[in-house]
Amino acid sequence: MIDLLRTRLRQGFRTIPVPQTSADLPERFRGRPALDASRCVDGCRECIERSPTPFIRIGPEGVPEIDAGSCLFSPEEVASCPHGGIWYTRDHQMATATREALVSETGVVHLARALDEKSRRLFGRSLRLRSVVAGSCNGCEGELVALGNVVFDLSRFGVQFVASPRHADGIVITGAVNTNMLEALRKTYDATPDPKLVIAVGACAISGGPFRGSPEVHNGVPDDIHVDLWIPGCPPHPLTILDGLVRLLGRMEMGKSVKSVE
Amino acid sequence: MSSFDQVDLSNRRAMPWNAVPRERPDQFRETVAGAVAAGWRIASLFGMPEGAGAGETSIVAILANDVRAQLGAVTTLVGDRYPAISRDCSQAEVFEREIAEQCGVTPEGHPGLTPLRRHPADHIAAARVAPPVSRDEYPFHRIEGDEVHQVAVGPVHAGIIEPGHFRFNAYGERVLSLEIALGYQHRGVERLLETADRTRAVLVAESIAGDTVIGHAGAFCGAIEALARSRKTPRAQSIRGIALELERLANHIGDLGAIAGDVAYAPAAAFFGRMRGECLNLLMTLSGNRYGRGLVRPGGVGFDLPPGMASEMVDRLERLRAELAPVSGLMFRSSSVQARLEGVGVVPREHCERLGFVGPAARACEVVRDVRHDHPYGIFRFVQIPVATAWAGDVFARALVRWLEVQRSIEFICRQARSLPIGDAMVPCGELAPNELAVAMEEGWRGEIVHVVVTDSVGNIRRHKVKDPSFHNWSALATAMTGNQISDFPLCNKSFNLSYAGHDL
Ligand code: SF4
Repeated sequence: MIDLLRTRLRQGFRTIPVPQTSADLPERFRGRPALDASRCVDGCRECIERSPTPFIRIGPEGVPEIDAGSCLFSPEEVASCPHGGIWYTRDHQMATATREALVSETGVVHLARALDEKSRRLFGRSLRLRSVVAGSCNGCEGELVALGNVVFDLSRFGVQFVASPRHADGIVITGAVNTNMLEALRKTYDATPDPKLVIAVGACAISGGPFRGSPEVHNGVPDDIHVDLWIPGCPPHPLTILDGLVRLLGRMEMGKSVKSVE
Repeated sequence: MSSFDQVDLSNRRAMPWNAVPRERPDQFRETVAGAVAAGWRIASLFGMPEGAGAGETSIVAILANDVRAQLGAVTTLVGDRYPAISRDCSQAEVFEREIAEQCGVTPEGHPGLTPLRRHPADHIAAARVAPPVSRDEYPFHRIEGDEVHQVAVGPVHAGIIEPGHFRFNAYGERVLSLEIALGYQHRGVERLLETADRTRAVLVAESIAGDTVIGHAGAFCGAIEALARSRKTPRAQSIRGIALELERLANHIGDLGAIAGDVAYAPAAAFFGRMRGECLNLLMTLSGNRYGRGLVRPGGVGFDLPPGMASEMVDRLERLRAELAPVSGLMFRSSSVQARLEGVGVVPREHCERLGFVGPAARACEVVRDVRHDHPYGIFRFVQIPVATAWAGDVFARALVRWLEVQRSIEFICRQARSLPIGDAMVPCGELAPNELAVAMEEGWRGEIVHVVVTDSVGNIRRHKVKDPSFHNWSALATAMTGNQISDFPLCNKSFNLSYAGHDL
């Protein structure tokens, strides 16, 4: 017992404050992608031909745009521009309220804002979520699990993962939504009482991720399921997920008061 | 015609496809079953449709001799059926279920031809009509008896866990049998690997199992490099080795935490949980991603490990080592923890040998089986990490093997990071040789990963066969549960921590 206490003391207090700045992330961390179209050479479409994913495309205005929801955050995607016009920032914040908000001509996304007053009253202090994994690689799940550890400590915001959809206020979907899980996903969605939130975590759930186009997957959450929060990444850093959830709940202020002793 | 063991093949080598001995189906069956009886292991066994509209499929077996660091290969050409190897070779059972499903070829006399992943045949010879599949029916084995009941769990589980279905036949709390129905994570990975260009394919390989990014990318690149005759620099090999061991550290430490959590030993669960994160952060410092995505690439590594970063890594690992020791000491010494882990979920060594289990699950039954040691490649040809074993085959033994491996991995990384060879991190990796077969094995943290790639006459990929260690080991979990209490299932399950995604592909 004494040993246990001694070891416990040595561990100290490890929970980090939220909001966190990206300054603590390592130099090579690949956060939100950015685009500077002024570097495009006339008529050059090389990025579109060379990128392994459709995260860069030509928008309706005829200028290139970035879709953070299709990005796998791989070095190859940004290297597809031979003119250095695309790069990764170290910004970890990129959760949005709509699918469209993930697309822009600069890479800057419109971050999710707090739920309206009524929903906030319902979910703001206690949000219970059910995880549905549907055709993933288990990377996103690894980061969802990490949110429960002492460093990220999701439960301090009143967010908890529960064992039954009937006990849940919403579901978190990960994976490209494959044929073999489609029915189970729908059943879980239906079993969650209204009003409910849906959170899509990871490139797979948003756009099919690396599995996009496979005949066995449906390229992300089906259109008829309304998604309230889109969290890009492959997988998203736990801070990206945490930031999205805290934003949604309108708890940014509260986050500030949680201080680390280090 | 030479025999299967005379081919010029070893880990990360390529050979001409037409030099693979071709035998008649009945002969092939005897060759493979005979080799296994003589101590070889089935590393991979798969079907590959042949073109030209004849409706034929090549069945290819890759056999491993762990004592002689040797690989064997043999193939046969079949129509819509062939005599099953698994009639008298249990190791082939799961592979032949896969062949039946992927290629629409029936292994006749297979003892239990149930669906494996429930998907339409996607490697069926062009001239053949695919047999119908049911995605939702699975003929579960049912034990009859007055007080025997069935318990069904999944596919959606009560935590943040991948989907899968477990069906218990139980008598009271006692498990008579456990049947595991998987396929819920099936995404069609092999087809993607075969059709995508190389830049995208490596991203798919990194997503076979998201907790084994380095392992699968390493095996993927190993096969591609063998076919392209690309030689990595010693520096790249060393950095890959460091990354592979960091991945092992993160996962083993995470598993120790999960095991501690399941026996309600909260302090250790919390410590280990945080330390897992510390290892992931080390991978992120190196590669920009917590799981090491972007690092392992054909020709070497996408990110170098500069001296400053290397010495910081050593410092952080030394600190980690100092913090880990007292915590695991607490866990492995505490009698209440021991009482919960010992004697639970025993895998008999004889089962392990017969069914060819791999990784820590095998080493916990005192089976010395480790690709780094048996079929050394890359940095492991020069630096040997002693194989960690335990003997009881129970949850405690599997936890202990992990803890031993954690210590040895830290030792290895620190040594490598202190004395990285000079040179480039990446060299060009060109076109693939036509009409060849390459095998790349990697000791991922769960055990042996195997990628087999066969090219066509212009050097495009004809077949990319992936074998995750979980493919072998799911049946080890079923074995371990027999005779145990249902309530011990979560603990037992965590002690294996197998991949659904890696199995389901
Ligand atoms: S988004 Fe990336 S990490 Fe997440 S499940 Fe898909 S492939 Fe895995």
